Amino acid sequence: MKYFVLIWAGLWRKKTRTTLTMLSIVVAFLLFGLLQGINQGIKQGSTDTGNHRLWTAARMSSVSSMAASLMDRMLTVKGVRQIAHISFFGGYFQDSKNAVSAFATNVDKLAILYPELNITPAQVAAMQSTRPGALIGRPLAKKYGWKVGDKIPLGTTIWTNNDGNNNWAFDIVGIFDPSPQFEKSPLGSAFWINYDYWDEARKFDKHRVHEFFVQIDDPQRAAEISAQIDKLTENSPEETRTQTENSALQSQLKQLADINFIANSIVGAVMFTLLFLTANTMMQSVRERIPELAVLKTLGFTGGKVSILILIESLLLCIFAAGVGLALSSVFVKLIPILGPSRLLPIVVISGLGIAVALAIVSGLPPALRAQRLNIVDALAGR
Amino acid sequence: MSALTQIAAVSVMNLRSLPQRIGTSSVVVIGIAGVVAVLISVLAMSTGFMRTLQKTGPENRAIVVRTGSSTELVSVLTNEAALTIADSAGVKKGSDGRPLASPETLLLVNLSKKDGEDASAPFRGLTQDGFAVHPEIKLTSGRMFQRGVNEMIVGKSAQRLYRGLDVGSEVKLFGATWTVVGTFESSGTGRESELVADKQTLNSAYQRGNGEQSIWVVLDGQGGFQTFKDSITTNPQLQVEVSTEKDYGTQQASTISSILKIVAYVVGGIMAVGAIFGALNTMYSAVSARSREIATLRAIGFGPVPVVISVFVEALLLALIGGSIGALIAWLMFNGHSVDTLGGGFGGQLIFDLAVTPALVALGIIWACAIGVIGGLFPAIRAARLPVATALRAV
Repeated sequence: MKYFVLIWAGLWRKKTRTTLTMLSIVVAFLLFGLLQGINQGIKQGSTDTGNHRLWTAARMSSVSSMAASLMDRMLTVKGVRQIAHISFFGGYFQDSKNAVSAFATNVDKLAILYPELNITPAQVAAMQSTRPGALIGRPLAKKYGWKVGDKIPLGTTIWTNNDGNNNWAFDIVGIFDPSPQFEKSPLGSAFWINYDYWDEARKFDKHRVHEFFVQIDDPQRAAEISAQIDKLTENSPEETRTQTENSALQSQLKQLADINFIANSIVGAVMFTLLFLTANTMMQSVRERIPELAVLKTLGFTGGKVSILILIESLLLCIFAAGVGLALSSVFVKLIPILGPSRLLPIVVISGLGIAVALAIVSGLPPALRAQRLNIVDALAGR
Repeated sequence: MSALTQIAAVSVMNLRSLPQRIGTSSVVVIGIAGVVAVLISVLAMSTGFMRTLQKTGPENRAIVVRTGSSTELVSVLTNEAALTIADSAGVKKGSDGRPLASPETLLLVNLSKKDGEDASAPFRGLTQDGFAVHPEIKLTSGRMFQRGVNEMIVGKSAQRLYRGLDVGSEVKLFGATWTVVGTFESSGTGRESELVADKQTLNSAYQRGNGEQSIWVVLDGQGGFQTFKDSITTNPQLQVEVSTEKDYGTQQASTISSILKIVAYVVGGIMAVGAIFGALNTMYSAVSARSREIATLRAIGFGPVPVVISVFVEALLLALIGGSIGALIAWLMFNGHSVDTLGGGFGGQLIFDLAVTPALVALGIIWACAIGVIGGLFPAIRAARLPVATALRAV
């Protein structure tokens, strides 16, 4: 610690260079934090409760429907507690370009399965007493300025009703406030309608649903329970596929892109270029200071000590800047609208700092060795 | 000496000394190469995606779906509607005098990719007329499917992406076994990502009834689209929307394509900021390494302008080298590289090639130059303001 002042002075010997190098490192780790933050967030799943919930969909594809009666058979599987189901309404408001993600569901069970949506018992009761009722998420209500009591006409791209047209209308009986994690998810901003009412009123595909949400009593047994649920429909024309909510979300995102590959490639490119920058800065800084380092050696500093001073200087530069970059990214990662995390996961911070240390050592080592081998006489003579 | 000769002399002298500063100079080059490579690669994804969905066959075609349906997948049309649409004005007639119209169904099936992940493959049902409307669909191996039998042909991209789609292999779908009997190509359109079977066979296997989801028609002549559009939109019995094949493709591609563009510009932008700091660093140290030279030049009568320009020339040259390396890396690694993504909306997995186009390369070079100019600006000002006497004494 007694050498801190010395190291600090060495670091800031050329203010412009140190500042610019630091800013580059800050930017690089900001990007690292954002990309790996999203990447790891997707890998780990967005919610801790996500492993208590299984999603059962038609094996053929997630847009195919399944018989609603399957629910009763699923409830016989040991470990299954409650089941909610949803069906895509594919709605739009006024113009087909204003898509409203509306789903038909059994609201009483949905409220139990997704406590994160904060649907109150009073709202469930209101839905049960108003058949054409709708519960909407606060984000959706804000977007269109809808209030409780409004009658909202919804068009749909899929469903014809018994009157032979695609124009439906629902009465908003409640607006729920989802937890922050669910504000950006489709469930949190959804337009929920009563399945029973809608199923009676639609013309085709009756008594069928698109997805079951299953609450289980023990997340440790998720794989076993999933297998048992899928066994119910094995070898039938309508096989199902059951996954935990977290892995279902992951596989949806994976169909979109190999985010892992993209994030790692970009981070790799960034770190590679950064290595050149810091290595160059350290090399230059030591080259300029050779006479000073020779003086230190003359005063009795050993070669090892001088090289450690330089390595610490390099560590200080990289870790400080990387820390600032990661701190910034933890602020910005919250702004990204994706089913990702709302905070930076510890693994991202730890691996980021690990990379910073590696960066510091790789770029600080060559100049440190040079300082260690320094011949005092030659160095003082400027040879 | 005229101003121009001064500028040329100082710039050339400076560039000649560049090899002595190779270490610091490489920082700019590598930094900018990284930015340009990432920018171009991600944009190449966006461009390739758009290009595949916009690619059309040799015929001038239009697609009809139900009003409000953003994709074929969520559209439903009755048989009667399909017949009315096929007989509308503006539809070209085939050599047998029948309209060139292809009623089609499209659904998604879950298949395993070769890397083990699951994906939703589009599975299309066509009638015999389908091949007259889409003449670019050509069998490359095997034979055509037969009606009434669970047989399918697969696009060449789909065959590459998924497991077990070789000719002769069997696929379990809808609780039945389907045989792959042939492979097709379709001059690079999105259909190469699809599986195709007989429409009626597919409909009955999927228990969908006898409807269709979309009608594709070949348009008759130049004004064909307008005539066709007018005739079906004025018919009160039809609740349908019509778009040209190209517009439909653009609309399908737009969401994913613009997400990729945002990613490219945000990530590229952040990296560019980092590269600007790197470039500033390098150019400052270049100026400080040259301070004796610059002071000498000023002392013997050179003006500040040639010195400033020489700094800019150096920064731009390094940026150009970096930009070209970055573009070359992106082109070598990713041009023609095949990737797949969910095709927008509820569309299935679309397989497409990344396209590093000349326009993207130009954009990358422009970014490189912009970084070079900003990175050279402040160091150039410092070079111009260098106090001659102090600089000469300092060394």
